[in-house]
Amino acid sequence: MTEEAQGGADARPPRRERPAWLEPSFWADWAAVVGLFGLILIFGLSAPSFLSISNLHAVLVASSILIVVAVGQTFVIATAGIDLSMAATTTLSAVVLGICYAAGFGIVAACVLAVGAASFVGFLNGLVITRGRIPDFVVTLGSLSAVTGLGLILSRGEPTMVSSLFLLRLSSGHIGLFGYPVLVAAAVALLGHVLLYHTRFGVHLLATGGHAESARSLGIHIDRVRIAAYTISGSCAGIAAILLVARIGSAEPTVNTTLLLNSVAAVVLGGVSLFGGRGSILGPVFGALMLTTLVNGLTLLGVSAFYQPLAVGIIVILAALIMRYQR
Amino acid sequence: MKPDPSDTILACTGLSKHFGGIRALQEVAFSARRGEVTAVIGDNGAGKSTLIRCLVGVHVPDSGEISFDGRPARFNDPDEARRAGIETVHQNLALVDELTVAQNLFLNREIVHRLGPFAFLNRKEMKVQSRALLSRLSINVPSVGQRVRRLSGGQRQAISICRAVGAGAKLVVMDEPTAALGVQETRNVEALIARLRDEQVSVILISHNFDQVMRLSDQVWAMRAGRVVGTRRTAETSGNELVGLITGAGPA
Repeated sequence: MTEEAQGGADARPPRRERPAWLEPSFWADWAAVVGLFGLILIFGLSAPSFLSISNLHAVLVASSILIVVAVGQTFVIATAGIDLSMAATTTLSAVVLGICYAAGFGIVAACVLAVGAASFVGFLNGLVITRGRIPDFVVTLGSLSAVTGLGLILSRGEPTMVSSLFLLRLSSGHIGLFGYPVLVAAAVALLGHVLLYHTRFGVHLLATGGHAESARSLGIHIDRVRIAAYTISGSCAGIAAILLVARIGSAEPTVNTTLLLNSVAAVVLGGVSLFGGRGSILGPVFGALMLTTLVNGLTLLGVSAFYQPLAVGIIVILAALIMRYQR
Repeated sequence: MKPDPSDTILACTGLSKHFGGIRALQEVAFSARRGEVTAVIGDNGAGKSTLIRCLVGVHVPDSGEISFDGRPARFNDPDEARRAGIETVHQNLALVDELTVAQNLFLNREIVHRLGPFAFLNRKEMKVQSRALLSRLSINVPSVGQRVRRLSGGQRQAISICRAVGAGAKLVVMDEPTAALGVQETRNVEALIARLRDEQVSVILISHNFDQVMRLSDQVWAMRAGRVVGTRRTAETSGNELVGLITGAGPA
């Protein structure tokens, strides 16, 4: 069987003498981390206030919502799907939180209901996609609109003030450099990592995304796995809604479209294949940090906000190009 | 001709299957002995694959009896067949590229620690057992932590077969296991099939390749136009006789 060993050596390029960082796959796997540190270097040198404690604190807090949403999006993208309704679901969930709180429910009950509503939207997405055999793209695009409309109807288009001490503490408290929202995001990322890499469900999720027919032929219930993935992305949208309401002090019915684009962007930057089967939690977290850093740094440099979507778009497409060299 | 029933791992009698007006299988009687490599040969459209698919639950036959491991068996889907101990190695429907060798070997039979509703993977144990299984069957891969995507076709086929054996299959069914492989890789997979027989694993092998059938099998069944047209002990037949059987030129 030495021949097979040679076959293995053929499959791997035998260019051992080349250092790892010269291989394109290195850049593909580490795009977000390299990009983040590149941005820190550039902004640190060009904008003196960038590296101040208060600014780093602000960047981390500002990225926490995106991190939570990106972690949820990762689960869906790892199954070779995409959840375009996540930002709209976050908005709906915030509206639910606001209405429940205004109706006299306790803040904890309101938060639980908000996350529950968002999870239910995710569950419905998954159910329609698997039972109806409709492409993810179409279903979640439809629910993006439907959920946005529902949020507007429920709130009558008006923001609801949520003046809760609990949420105030959540948004303003911190341990050292890390605000509470950052700790929530870190907890979500940690849970996501354990779920994806240390549980049977995680392996089945990656198998479903990697080769659905194989997974099915081995007796994996791929429809259930996909529904679970959308339910997870819904739950993450709900958690993000709590952080969002805490941050702005009210529940706004307007959808944050940047959040939708950035959630997909963070996942792509993090080296998760849009074709499924390949996941990472740390990657999208770094992707989210990088995108937030980019916006923060450009703002500090006095670059017009109009340039930010352009910069994000170019970076995402570049990242997707680099991903082709993954192995 | 009739083998001792205790020796038979899988048998069927009077098996028929129609697809619309096409009679894919007509009154087929077939048996495979325990611990042997049983080959099924025949031209394209002779009904080899349909027979196998009926036996492992992909198709439900219109009529006929199947027995597996001494008991009557009727599998409604491949999952039932797998639970009973029949593993099928498919040509391309096999491994998940983005998962590692060890993850593929243990896919949907992971070793886990249970904690409430959660099943936490025991990755270390799965790697140890994967290495043990691969070395038992003399399969060389650089690392069980390697993604399957980067393995050669022969290595992948070896790992699919290994997974079937590792799952504790009493019978491994292979549909053209070397069809897509080069000469050297074919030789390696054939060596692996020979080792399975040494380990007393029963194998049903569908093949177009007469030389391969002569090298590997103990018993050969020849099919033509949806019927079994003859069966021989491999040691007592020749390639020419087999060609005669499947083309209808020789005595049945």
